[in-house]
Amino acid sequence: MIQAIVFLPLLGAILAGLIAIAGAHARNPSGDTVEHAHGHGHDDHAHASHAHDDHGHDDHHAPAEPPAAGTGAAELITTALLFVSAALSWITFVNVGFLKQDLLVHVLPWISSGDLQIAWSLRVDTLTAVMLVVVTTVSSLVHLYSVGYMDEDPHRPRFFAYLSLFTFAMLMLVTSDNLVQLFFGWEGVGLASYLLIGFWYQKPSANAAAIKAFVVNRVGDFGFSLGIFAVFMLIGSTDFETIFHAAPGLTGKTINFLGWHADALTLTCLLLFMGAMGKSAQFLLHTWLPDAMEGPTPVSALIHAATMVTAGVFMVARLSPLFELAPNAQAFVMLIGGTTAFFAATIGLVQNDIKRIVAYSTCSQLGYMFVAMGAGAYSVGMFHLFTHAFFKALLFLGSGSVIYAMHHEQDIRNMGGLKDKIPFTYVAMVIGTLALTGFPLTAGYFSKDAIIESAFVAQNPFAFYGFLMTVIAACLTSFYSWRLIFKTFHGRPHDQHHYEAAHEAPLWMLVPLGVLAAGSILAGFPFKELFAGHGIEEFFRESVKMHPHIIEEMHHIPATIAYLPTVMMVVGFVVAWLFYIQRPYLPVELASQHPLLYKFLLNKWYFDELYDVIFVRPAKWLGRFLWKKGDGFVIDGFGPDGVSARVLDVTRNVVRLQTGYLYHYAFVMLIGVAGLITWFMFGLGGQ
Amino acid sequence: MNFTPAGYSLLPVLPEIVLAVGAMALLMLGAYRGQRATPLVVALAVVLLALTGVLEICLPAGKHVTFGGSFIVDNYARFLKVLALIGSAATLLLSLEFLGHESRRIFEYAILILISTAGMMVLISAGDLIMLYLGLELMSLALYVVAASNRDNVKSTEAGLKYFVLGALSSGMLLYGMSLIYGFTGTVSFAGVAAAAKAGSIGVAFGIVFLLAGLCFKVSAVPFHMWTPDVYEGAPTPVTAFFASAPKVAAMAVFVRVVLSAFPNVMHEWQQIVVFVAIASMALGSFAAIGQRNIKRLMAYSSIGHMGFALVGLAAGTAEGAQGVVLYLAIYVAMTLGSFAVIITMKRNGQAVEQISDFAGLSRTNPVLAFFFAMLLFSLAGVPPLAGFFAKFYVFIAAIKAGLFTLSVVGVLCSVVGAFYYLNIIKVMYFDEPAGAVDPMRIELRTVLAIAGIFNLLFFVYPGPLVSAATAAAKSLF
Repeated sequence: MIQAIVFLPLLGAILAGLIAIAGAHARNPSGDTVEHAHGHGHDDHAHASHAHDDHGHDDHHAPAEPPAAGTGAAELITTALLFVSAALSWITFVNVGFLKQDLLVHVLPWISSGDLQIAWSLRVDTLTAVMLVVVTTVSSLVHLYSVGYMDEDPHRPRFFAYLSLFTFAMLMLVTSDNLVQLFFGWEGVGLASYLLIGFWYQKPSANAAAIKAFVVNRVGDFGFSLGIFAVFMLIGSTDFETIFHAAPGLTGKTINFLGWHADALTLTCLLLFMGAMGKSAQFLLHTWLPDAMEGPTPVSALIHAATMVTAGVFMVARLSPLFELAPNAQAFVMLIGGTTAFFAATIGLVQNDIKRIVAYSTCSQLGYMFVAMGAGAYSVGMFHLFTHAFFKALLFLGSGSVIYAMHHEQDIRNMGGLKDKIPFTYVAMVIGTLALTGFPLTAGYFSKDAIIESAFVAQNPFAFYGFLMTVIAACLTSFYSWRLIFKTFHGRPHDQHHYEAAHEAPLWMLVPLGVLAAGSILAGFPFKELFAGHGIEEFFRESVKMHPHIIEEMHHIPATIAYLPTVMMVVGFVVAWLFYIQRPYLPVELASQHPLLYKFLLNKWYFDELYDVIFVRPAKWLGRFLWKKGDGFVIDGFGPDGVSARVLDVTRNVVRLQTGYLYHYAFVMLIGVAGLITWFMFGLGGQ
Repeated sequence: MNFTPAGYSLLPVLPEIVLAVGAMALLMLGAYRGQRATPLVVALAVVLLALTGVLEICLPAGKHVTFGGSFIVDNYARFLKVLALIGSAATLLLSLEFLGHESRRIFEYAILILISTAGMMVLISAGDLIMLYLGLELMSLALYVVAASNRDNVKSTEAGLKYFVLGALSSGMLLYGMSLIYGFTGTVSFAGVAAAAKAGSIGVAFGIVFLLAGLCFKVSAVPFHMWTPDVYEGAPTPVTAFFASAPKVAAMAVFVRVVLSAFPNVMHEWQQIVVFVAIASMALGSFAAIGQRNIKRLMAYSSIGHMGFALVGLAAGTAEGAQGVVLYLAIYVAMTLGSFAVIITMKRNGQAVEQISDFAGLSRTNPVLAFFFAMLLFSLAGVPPLAGFFAKFYVFIAAIKAGLFTLSVVGVLCSVVGAFYYLNIIKVMYFDEPAGAVDPMRIELRTVLAIAGIFNLLFFVYPGPLVSAATAAAKSLF
């Protein structure tokens, strides 16, 4: 069954991919030249119609060309296979979580090289089962949603192939039994993310965003791979069982890293966490996530909200036995998590692009999850991951529905009053927002409060910092979420033309919204005990190693602390209501009174500019230097060009000897003989 | 090796006698029938060459020595004589077009080629220094005249004169070397010299230097190559083809025979000369050809380079090396004759064109011609799987087995440089704008081109017979 769950999406991806290739062939039977012209045509089109935008829109191309034959089949195949996979995942979830039937399926030996023995295995314990459910459920709903959302795009088979490929890679990641297989899935999702962000490859901004996502993730992956090497060096295996078994024996060991005798476990965990920071867009490596919104909205929902970006959280949970032994690394995790939660929320306050607001919110919520990880409450972090998947996917898909209704308008300043036009979407978005802000009894309420409580009781140098940051962020979250709702759905419409034309999305898109809305409400309470209560021992068993006593202590915190997040949420809501419903002039005044702060937030703490100066420009300078000086001057100059120039010089001189005068020729002959004679006479050619 | 007077049987010399007598008979025919008989004389000359070749093959197998040891017929001589005969016959075919012109009906041309060929055969079979000189001069005197056969053309007469003067100089050196060798060993027979020559004798070393200088002149190896580009360019194109094929075979054949059978004990000395000459020839042939605009001059440098490559095999001084040289010569002759068939056919409106730029766009105007020429050029450059690759392969393998690593590396590098100018012609033919169609190709040129081209293309499919013949030829020298 687990094989079916994992490989059905791959099958779908391959079939849809073949249809996409066949379609591309049918469109351009003569190959390159036509493809080129066609690409240009699109380019011009995209430029012409969206020249007025500063940041690119989620834009569909006018159906200038009909979709390729088999598009329907590709959609049907991938979506149906994903639903099968999702159904099987829920069965597995029950089997593993409640019936305690952990699985370890050996698929095939993969790498066998000296000491390095890596098998391809599928490991299913509760941690994996949770991820399976999240991934396949959201993915299948996103597939369904995309059928409606992408209906104007001629390249749908390719889109669905990528989506299914992503799902396969993500499943590979969560079912892996060793670090290398995990890394394979890790890179696979990275690839799919790159392909999907750049899906509209005619848009330069999409290409740039795709490259940025890929490159920033390389930074993290570099650390991650060093971490894997360190594990192999210390333990001699990348297999999880072996690692966890050997890890306690490593405490106190040091390894030499850049001349610094670092604590082995701390260093390893930090390196591994660096990978998580990249993939989960944590503070310092977060810059790619907002830009990734260049991709189609369903992609943002699936990859950049619900699943891929949580891979880092999953990885830390998976390696909890290691992190538990490295308190310093845990402290760092807490520090980064808390910082991200706060920092991303502040940026979210002032953004105007509907998807970017949700993207920063995602970033911030991922920070929450890492706070829980740092606190040692791994199951709590996973709980938030689980609930977050529902409401964040809901918010993204809802935003997609708004964008769809507004004809690809993404700026919330141009919206307003939409609640009467698209009531279903409105209700769905409100439910999502309630869950996100932690309204009592919604899914987010249970998981977020649990995180804040765990931060409060954690034994960690940065515990209080984490607690403080998450509490403040809760207020900010509430503010920016409600700001989005108020500006989009309430008030007067700002763009009358679009407003008039706005219409509810087709059923394809509404059904996933409905399902996710239900999940956003229901995913909390029934699972509370399993993830953050006394059921953890029974439910997770060996799959995560919790910090001892933390759950117990979470249940004995002061009531004031327990209610604090809810209070913050209400404060945020009231302020948002005041700003955007009651006194709409207030935010404008505030912004003009504090221009520095406003600019600082609007420009995302100037991280992009900073990185541009520190990394991008030096890298480009270095690249240009190596290109012009290194390659052009040194290698070409002394290599190919230089050699060929010397050859020509030699040729010129040799040809010059060929004067045509007989006596020159005779002279050369005599010189030749004389030279040889001399050679022998002076014994050089002798013995 | 062990010299025993084997009488003065005329049987081993029969092919040469037939050739010489036949040549004189054809001379009579021409003298009495006048220039009208030119086509007939040429045709009969080809038949005569073929007959000579058949006779040569039909001689009783094994090694025959006659004229008191000065004339040797062995597998080596047989192989190279047949090769030289093929070269001469093919050259005569290539000349038909040249001789077809009203003003150039010179039947003596064919006679001179026959006499030159007879000289080559004597040269290849030479068993002592006297016979060597006899054959060499018989061959060369005819060549001097042939080079100037287009009497009214300044360039042609200049070529003939230059060749003659420099040839005389080289003959002088050759004779001086021979006399030195005779003086220090007391004998002129190769076997006797081999027995008498001692390593480290400066006199013998001097003799070898002068002797090899004369031979290097004939194979146009650097630094005795200076005549080659001028003569190749100036001489009528069929004559150039002749210069590039049969005489090179004969001269190289005697080169190999002299050093291997007369100086096995002083290998240290001659090997240094050969290595130096080989490197210099390969380098000059590769570098100087790049600057050429005239295809005939380019072929001159090409042949200089190829002789350098062939000498790499000789430098090894082993049977394997000799086999490499023999194979190299066979393949070289095929490549050269094929290439000249193309060069001779390059005429627009009856006017010969010989600039490389005249080949522009040939692939579009004459695709078959362009294909064959491109293939021959690839072969000359040594691109697998064409025959030219195997030619180089065998000599380099022999050199490496003999420990001549520097020579091999230099040789391979030179062949890289050399590949440039061959590929450049292919580029001109295939990628440049057409310079207009060339005149239709004559049937005999087509035949030569087709045979040479197919040999080059398919050698790798069935190399057995040629390789085993070359092995047998090389073995008979040791």
